[in-house]
Amino acid sequence: MITLDNVELRHGQRIVLTGVSGTIESGSLTALTGPNGSGKTTLLRAIAGLHPLAHGRIDRNGCTQADIALLAQGSHLDRSFPITCHDVVALAATRLGPFRSISRDRLAATQAALHRVGLAEMAQRPIQALSAGQFQRVLFARTIVQDAKLILLDEPFTAVDAATTRLLLSVVHEWHVQGRTVIAVLHDIDLVQRHFPHTVSLARRAAHWDEDPGLQAA
Amino acid sequence: MLDFLQEPFALGFMRRALAGCLALSVSAPPLGVFLVLRRMSLMSDVLQHGVLPGIAIGAIFAGLSVWAMGIGGVAAGLAVAVLAGWLARRTGGREDSQLAGMYLMALAAGVALISAQHSIDLTHVLFGNVLAVDDAALFGMAGVATVTLPALALIWRPLVLESLDPGFMAATAGKGGLWHLVFLVLVVLCVVSGFVALGTLMSVGLMMLPAIAARHWSDSLAGQVRVAVLLACLSSVGGLIASYNFDIPAGPAIVLTAGTLWLLSLLTGRRASLWRQAIPNA
Repeated sequence: MITLDNVELRHGQRIVLTGVSGTIESGSLTALTGPNGSGKTTLLRAIAGLHPLAHGRIDRNGCTQADIALLAQGSHLDRSFPITCHDVVALAATRLGPFRSISRDRLAATQAALHRVGLAEMAQRPIQALSAGQFQRVLFARTIVQDAKLILLDEPFTAVDAATTRLLLSVVHEWHVQGRTVIAVLHDIDLVQRHFPHTVSLARRAAHWDEDPGLQAA
Repeated sequence: MLDFLQEPFALGFMRRALAGCLALSVSAPPLGVFLVLRRMSLMSDVLQHGVLPGIAIGAIFAGLSVWAMGIGGVAAGLAVAVLAGWLARRTGGREDSQLAGMYLMALAAGVALISAQHSIDLTHVLFGNVLAVDDAALFGMAGVATVTLPALALIWRPLVLESLDPGFMAATAGKGGLWHLVFLVLVVLCVVSGFVALGTLMSVGLMMLPAIAARHWSDSLAGQVRVAVLLACLSSVGGLIASYNFDIPAGPAIVLTAGTLWLLSLLTGRRASLWRQAIPNA
């Protein structure tokens, strides 16, 4: 369970969100919605522990950094870097350090994750050659191998075609069934209503917590 | 023709220079590949100018000792690298203009300090002098190569991740800054180790030009590193032969050879070369 207690977030001096309190249950599947600039990404990063809190606190119920996977939107990932899909995923499959190797079961997990997102055939392709949808699949495969309890997705279906969205949604449902907590920033209200049991919508610097996504559209 | 190729290496000091430059050709280009991939080419400029005041101060305190000048150079290079990184983080963006400001000042300060020392020939410090490659300089180049390669192997994977996706690194493993710093230390060591033979302004050329050229030959990081090392070795041998036969300083001769190989790669390489763009399916 993640508990937010009177959280305030700022960019420099500008207040992005203030007075946000509420809980997200363990194993829940939550959509975070709101207009552009309402602070969705900032709140997601704060939950991940990557944005400082100006006020209040977030209780992650003992989750450490290793238990949290964040799939950032417009990831900083340098797509011109000469590396294969397989290696991008494998780099996330294990803890990094000068004397660590990637164990055989982590390599198997890498293969399985690429297979799950339909990229088994493209494992050895350089990432430069990928379309936007294929690239998003690589990022999902990387999130799968992180094997995190808390998964945070920032606009995971933007610039992705319908078939890929269906596939990636099935991965999200699988995470939910496995009991992982998933929070996704989304714009598509229709998709939110059909697939996400819980929503949090952000507007005018405050958050509205709702169990019934149907009310959000009204 | 054979004389043209062999005669230079009949001389002891040329063999010494060749051994040193080959050591540098193995250690520096892999770092150059990472500098190119991280879009830090300008940083190599800053370092080549930044080490100069340190070398001058080393010479002022300990005379013409390679070790004193080397240690001074490494200290100054690290100071400049860390200061540049700190400035970039503090002021946000516009890193290139600050880097340019720093290296212009460092070059001016270095030239001023060295000119005040009448015992040192500025041309030799800037552009190298193969005659000056004594045992200390040779051991320095070989020693740096011996340290750099295993160190790069050890930080390889974290460095790849930090170069590929710094945001992900920060969100998961953290310590991105540590790997970046270790990497910068290795770069500074390589730049300084080459200064006796190649000069401070030219030693970066052997690091960067083969790395830039290698992008036209391989899709993979390891492939680019291998090609860069090969091109650097060719440049060292070819450059030293040209240096001897045409009586030009070794630094510019080696860098011009590396530059020629880069232009050839740009024109005819397998990837993203002008030839490829003209005839995509050839």
